[in-house]
Amino acid sequence: MSGDHRHDDHARTEPPSEVALRVKALESLLIDKGLVDPAALDALIEIYEHKVGPHHGARVVARAWSDPSFKQWLLRDASAAIASMGYTGRQGEHMRVVENTPTVHNLVVCTLCSCYPWPVLGLPPVWYKSPPYRSRAVADPRGVLAEFGTELPDDVEIRVWDSTSEVRFLVLPERPAGTDGLSEEELAQLVSRNAMIGVERVKAPGEGAPAR
Amino acid sequence: MNGGHDLGGMHGLGPIDPEPEADEPVFHHDWEKRVFALTLATSALGQWSIDMGRHARERQHPADYLRHTYYENWLAGLEKLVVERGLVSADELAAGSTSGPADEAVRQRVLQAADVTGALAKRGSYEVAVDAPPRFAVGDRVRAINRHPSGHTREPRYVRGRVGVVHEHYGAHVFPDRSAAGQREGRHLYSVRFAAEELWGESAVPASAVYADLWEDYLEPAG
Repeated sequence: MSGDHRHDDHARTEPPSEVALRVKALESLLIDKGLVDPAALDALIEIYEHKVGPHHGARVVARAWSDPSFKQWLLRDASAAIASMGYTGRQGEHMRVVENTPTVHNLVVCTLCSCYPWPVLGLPPVWYKSPPYRSRAVADPRGVLAEFGTELPDDVEIRVWDSTSEVRFLVLPERPAGTDGLSEEELAQLVSRNAMIGVERVKAPGEGAPAR
Repeated sequence: MNGGHDLGGMHGLGPIDPEPEADEPVFHHDWEKRVFALTLATSALGQWSIDMGRHARERQHPADYLRHTYYENWLAGLEKLVVERGLVSADELAAGSTSGPADEAVRQRVLQAADVTGALAKRGSYEVAVDAPPRFAVGDRVRAINRHPSGHTREPRYVRGRVGVVHEHYGAHVFPDRSAAGQREGRHLYSVRFAAEELWGESAVPASAVYADLWEDYLEPAG
């Protein structure tokens, strides 16, 4: 690839005003028809922009690291274990948690659209929904991981989970060394969204934690 | 359908080039927020299934699907659905003005702001009870049938004709191929593990496997 063409130029620059106008026209029409409550639109945006997000999944991971019985429950019946923490709803109806170990690394994708576990991770980032990631995660997972700066030994098995049904996957990353004394809340601060998708490992304190 | 959305294994789409996690906003433009919220709010009207929604986005020229940003594809799908399901007429959409209110029966189902939190937290399920016992068990070797339906399907092209091993039986879930046509029917659903060598031949990445969720209609015994 020349690298000259960035797939998401579109997403980072102003859209053609035609798109914004089309959206506005559709919204006005649906409101005028009595099919949409404008206040409900604002409420939906508020929830997904500010309330639901990867901090939920990070708490699930931190609890699994801290509480072996919760971890067993999570790996056996993720839907119920996650629901017990209050994270339920749309795009999280049927959950599976897949565990990274020294010999297995898991990576999640949706090659057909953008399926993603909203109640624990919020809405997906642009790259997860984009054709480059969706096309290559299944065919060249090591190359994809390298683009995120993640190098795995050749003998670590990579399992790629293509979300083709309504089952949603969350990666349980490996707990980094040097975190024995940390509380659940402190551990949650270390867990990045990208680690729960499987494109990165969780970094130890001092290696650079996610800003959240 | 073999559309522009079925991307597994495609070449030439460029680098992933992720925005740094800490810097990426949930939405990049105000209009994206509105498309997102309109899509969720109108889905509450009960006029289409999640698979009809997906199929509406897929039914674009592949060049358009790939050229559009993500939420542009959502907009294209929503414009299609509201007209096809008779919520607005093509003339109203083109004119941007209404010729009258929607049916009272549909308006009764409008998602109200006060109900948003409860509606989102609800524990839904795609499981459907079926009489038929599952045809396959964990450990069975199965082949993803080489089929190319012109309608909606969730059997990706890259697994068709390939042999894998059943990793899990999830029970019976809503069958997308029928759901996209408006029928809610259950079929047994399985997680199937495919070795990378089986999918990608000599291009396979060492020590890797792909797990895809496949309904029983997509599978046959591989002996």
